[in-house]
Amino acid sequence: MPLKLEIVTPERLAFSDEVDAVVLPGIEGELGVLPHHAPLVSMLGLGELRIRKGSTTESFAIVGGFLQVRPDKVVVMAETADMASEIDLEKAREAQREAERALETGYHEGADLAAARAALQQALLRVRVAERRYREGRRHGG
Amino acid sequence: MPSQREIRRRIGAVRNIKQITRAMQFVAASKLKRAQDATLAARPYSDKIDEVLADLAAVLSGEDHPLLARREGGKRCIVLITTDRGLAGPLNTNTIRFAARVITEHPGDLAVITVGRKGRDAMRRARVPIEAHFPGFGDRPTFADVLPLARLVTDDYVGGVYDQVDIIYSHFVSTLVQRPTLAPLLPVTPAEDTAVGIPGRQFLFEPNAASVLEQLLPRYVATRLYQAVLEAKASEESSRMVAMKNATENAEELIEDLTLVYNKVRQANITREMIEIATGARAI
Repeated sequence: MPLKLEIVTPERLAFSDEVDAVVLPGIEGELGVLPHHAPLVSMLGLGELRIRKGSTTESFAIVGGFLQVRPDKVVVMAETADMASEIDLEKAREAQREAERALETGYHEGADLAAARAALQQALLRVRVAERRYREGRRHGG
Repeated sequence: MPSQREIRRRIGAVRNIKQITRAMQFVAASKLKRAQDATLAARPYSDKIDEVLADLAAVLSGEDHPLLARREGGKRCIVLITTDRGLAGPLNTNTIRFAARVITEHPGDLAVITVGRKGRDAMRRARVPIEAHFPGFGDRPTFADVLPLARLVTDDYVGGVYDQVDIIYSHFVSTLVQRPTLAPLLPVTPAEDTAVGIPGRQFLFEPNAASVLEQLLPRYVATRLYQAVLEAKASEESSRMVAMKNATENAEELIEDLTLVYNKVRQANITREMIEIATGARAI
């Protein structure tokens, strides 16, 4: 039985297709979902979501949100979801540098500091996901 | 009868107005398309949040989170969503009139939070206390734009400043119909747990139902507000498009009428001149 996966963000439906398996960044560690999984609602952390379908894989950089699993369907409600192939590596690196600079130079406290740290974490995640995709692409291509 | 030159000037003026209204009509049409797409694109997330909340509600009771707790009476807050710019037909008037009726029908301790300049101006004139004001969220409202507003109302609700929060916005029914609507926001009322197939009780919650709820409710409130903002945006553009289309048509009609008058005056002038020449010739 195939597993239907939907990734939604407040602004759009980011992904909708049938897949064989999906690995998600759960709040308590990585979480793999195959068809016939028990009904589950979980919080999501920040991390990489990997999809396997046949021999192809796809990955997303996911930030926060929720996951609802039903035996035949998985719905990811993330704050943001960027497909690895759509991430601009240069831009992501630039965002990382900017976030680092902001943390080093700015005077931060409380919520402000948390926001700056979150920005850096997200930038790092995007870079990581995009770099991996780039390396894998080269391996397959070469 | 006005002079020929005067009429020609008026025709020119009306023609200029027509060009502007026609341009505005086309701009509004393309923005409407974008706003409609955004509204549709946001729907899956909002539907899903509703569903998960319904699942949670089957497991938890109303007292498990302050945003779910019902409090009788007390102070009411209305989030009034209008547009920043005018020339949008009867849209703002309708929304504001609807809000005024809601306010007068339920007198009591009340404050408004306005989104969009038109609503703020009207509330200020009516001397309704304005708690906060947000300028409209531009042509492409993003989810992040709405978060400060969502945080403000949830914090104030939890802090006991308000005991009830409602949104008034213009619901986009179709290009021709936009309906002013009141949507209760807080306390959050979960939908019935009709969850297609699986009842909420069978779900496993990780780390646990209470923490999921804690995270989910603020998202839910923000999503509701975001939806209302998107609906209002689509209403604004469609209402403006129709208003500008009417204005363009009226201008065309006016140009036709004026051209007719112009020709009549011109003909009368020619006739008069000919009579003058003829009588002049006879006199010699």
